Amino acid sequence: MNVPLNFLLCGVGGQGIVLASDVLVAVGLLAGLNAKQAEVHGMSQRGGSVVSHVRWGREIYSPIVGWGEADVFIAFEKLEALRNLRFLRPSGLALISTQALEPLTVISGGQVYPDDSRLRAAFAQLTPHAHYLDAESIAAEVGNVRAVNTVLLGALSALLEANSRFAAWAPAPEIWLQVIAERVPSRHLDLNRQAFQAGRNAIAGPR
Amino acid sequence: MTVRQMLSGNEAIARGMWEAGVVVASAYPGTPSTEILENFARYPNVYAEWAPNEKVALDVAIGAAYAGRRALAAMKHVGLNVAADSLMYASMTGAEAGLVIVSADDPAMHSSQNEQDNRTYARFARIPCLEPSDSQEAKDLTVVAFELSEQFDTPVLLRVTTRICHSASPVELGERCERSSQTSPFPRNPAKYVMVPSNALRRHPVMEERIRAIADYAETFPYNRIELRDRSLGIITAGVAYQYTREVFPDASVLKLGMTWPLPEGLIRRFAASVDRLIVLEELDPFIEDVVKRMGIPCQGKDIFPLTGELDPYVVRLSAIQAGLLSDAAVPSIPTLEGDPLPARPPVLCPGCPHRPTFYVLNKLKVPVNGDIGCYTLGLVPPLSAIHTCGCMGAGIAVAHGAVQAGSPERHVAVIGDSTFFHTGIPALINVVYNQSPVVTVILDNRTTGMTGHQPNPGTGHTLQDKPAPTIEIEPLVRACGVKQVRTLSAFDVTGIEKTLKEYLQLNEPSVLIVQEPCALLPEARERWQPLEVNLAQCNGCTLCFRIGCPAILKSDELDEKTGRPKAQIDPNLCTGCELCAQICPRHAIPFRLDSIFLREAA
Repeated sequence: MNVPLNFLLCGVGGQGIVLASDVLVAVGLLAGLNAKQAEVHGMSQRGGSVVSHVRWGREIYSPIVGWGEADVFIAFEKLEALRNLRFLRPSGLALISTQALEPLTVISGGQVYPDDSRLRAAFAQLTPHAHYLDAESIAAEVGNVRAVNTVLLGALSALLEANSRFAAWAPAPEIWLQVIAERVPSRHLDLNRQAFQAGRNAIAGPR
Repeated sequence: MTVRQMLSGNEAIARGMWEAGVVVASAYPGTPSTEILENFARYPNVYAEWAPNEKVALDVAIGAAYAGRRALAAMKHVGLNVAADSLMYASMTGAEAGLVIVSADDPAMHSSQNEQDNRTYARFARIPCLEPSDSQEAKDLTVVAFELSEQFDTPVLLRVTTRICHSASPVELGERCERSSQTSPFPRNPAKYVMVPSNALRRHPVMEERIRAIADYAETFPYNRIELRDRSLGIITAGVAYQYTREVFPDASVLKLGMTWPLPEGLIRRFAASVDRLIVLEELDPFIEDVVKRMGIPCQGKDIFPLTGELDPYVVRLSAIQAGLLSDAAVPSIPTLEGDPLPARPPVLCPGCPHRPTFYVLNKLKVPVNGDIGCYTLGLVPPLSAIHTCGCMGAGIAVAHGAVQAGSPERHVAVIGDSTFFHTGIPALINVVYNQSPVVTVILDNRTTGMTGHQPNPGTGHTLQDKPAPTIEIEPLVRACGVKQVRTLSAFDVTGIEKTLKEYLQLNEPSVLIVQEPCALLPEARERWQPLEVNLAQCNGCTLCFRIGCPAILKSDELDEKTGRPKAQIDPNLCTGCELCAQICPRHAIPFRLDSIFLREAA
């Protein structure tokens, strides 16, 4: 734990990435670690690409993660997963939501959305630890597609536990749930609890 | 037990303001500074306001500090250009209580038109500049800024950058230092506070003497510190660059500057003498480096690290390797993506954005459009492509006027948002009337300050601290400026907007079209969201609706038999039911909201 653990979250403005990284950084702090987080607000959030950086460790300097230095890579959208591939540390852990959001350059600009085989090949070349999750459907089953971010956090919590390199870092599910409870409005709390558990189940199977 | 909380830099500055006993704060929203006032406004027993622009905000803070209260004005870097006039006189006068200006700079221009380095303003105005390197320092240096301000009778510039403002790290909280609840009588001290030439002549030497005294103080300022490690390399650094320095050069000796103006020349000399090789690692301008070189000390800086954009650990490491400061082995392996370049995902107007119909019409009319700063600048993005200039807040109307006076062969349209109109648009419109040019101004009134996240403004009827306020109506204001041709329409009235603009473009006098609808993301607009659907039997894949640039309209998998082109479909999770597409669809393949209800009931 002397070398920090670096997370990179990426996706599209409006997908709940900022809230997810708020939770992630607070989980690190509550688990007794130091933590830093960096993101950008403003113009980039109007449906554009969004990137958020989270680091856990004993002593952390830079708030942002360099290219090739993300130990854990969480993509909320497939095109953004490819776009931010350069952040992933080779053989790192990648969690990719299989949602596709076509940008206007595809809808009306004649550009081509990359196909799944390209996505999977690019990640397979880098790491044996790439996980694909239909988080949107899982969130819809739980009751609200907007809970995608909590589904992904649930999946992440289980992936950290299951990976021998990260198991020592993995906070208990109760810590995650406590932080989520502090951050979501109480009327959405049950939904988010279920979404978190559904994300965990998708990785680890139901308990 | 000390309370440790995860705070963004902006939240930490707000906390520092509260702990320092700040009573009055004023600001105009601007990324990356906005959350400072939003957070400060929630503390008890404080006054916080959104001013119409940064100059007004700074004058308000100056007035409060003259009245003996600790006061602060916050703004993004380019806001200080607007407030520069006030900064310069405040430096001449000083105040009766602490006065701090926060400048939130935006290296890499995440949400800005330039990346100017505002440390230069501190040197220009002869005031100290403090630069925190994380949230803890952001809070602590905010408190220190007020102490310094009062100790030396000077405004203090607290300079932060996007990566400080919008990064979160743990902060140990302190208590509020409550200050006397009694204000003294307002000072009657014209020699100090009335800057007519005779008084100003006497104040200027005071200002110069003051900055010399602060330079002496900087030598022992506790936030300027030497960290001696391996002496073969010494690095002078400040702000977030300190974090990158520690990340990339963990063994190097460091002179970490918490005050970057005035610089502690003695400390710099001592540090330089204790290391073999000296470099300066700073973002943007060679601000520290220039001083070190002028002192005759050999050092490197911008010959190694980039002058433009923001630094990050990767950029710093790569630059250091290229300069021979680090070995090749230190660079991590960067995954590269083979194959075709990926489709870009530029920020776009949201689904249901009330600005979209205006830009759809402007694109059709093919007129030159002089834009302004706000969400609506995104009218530039294809397929709308209907913004041709955008420089700074309030510029568009006057740029259009200038082009017309220069004999530009076409009629010019200026577009400006409600908040930007209040900010600096009004004088430009007065100029159009006074100097008579047939500029067509469109005021895009979405009832909020959209881009920065829905801050209230003089048109919204409430204040930052949620108090009711008089609503400044735009149409009477425009009429009072002397504009005779004024019309207010719904921002979704495509036919009306097109008809009015065509009419106004024929006139030989100034005209103003106000288009009004709340931002689609405001609660009152969200309540009315109701997604539309494409009637696939009617759609023939003409693609017209793809050309309004709405992210909710997608290509479906169904091809039209005749044209072979994909028919449209609407993402029900994104569509708000603004009906722009329904209005322009030549085949009426997208039923209006009311029609959709009837159709559903009939089915």
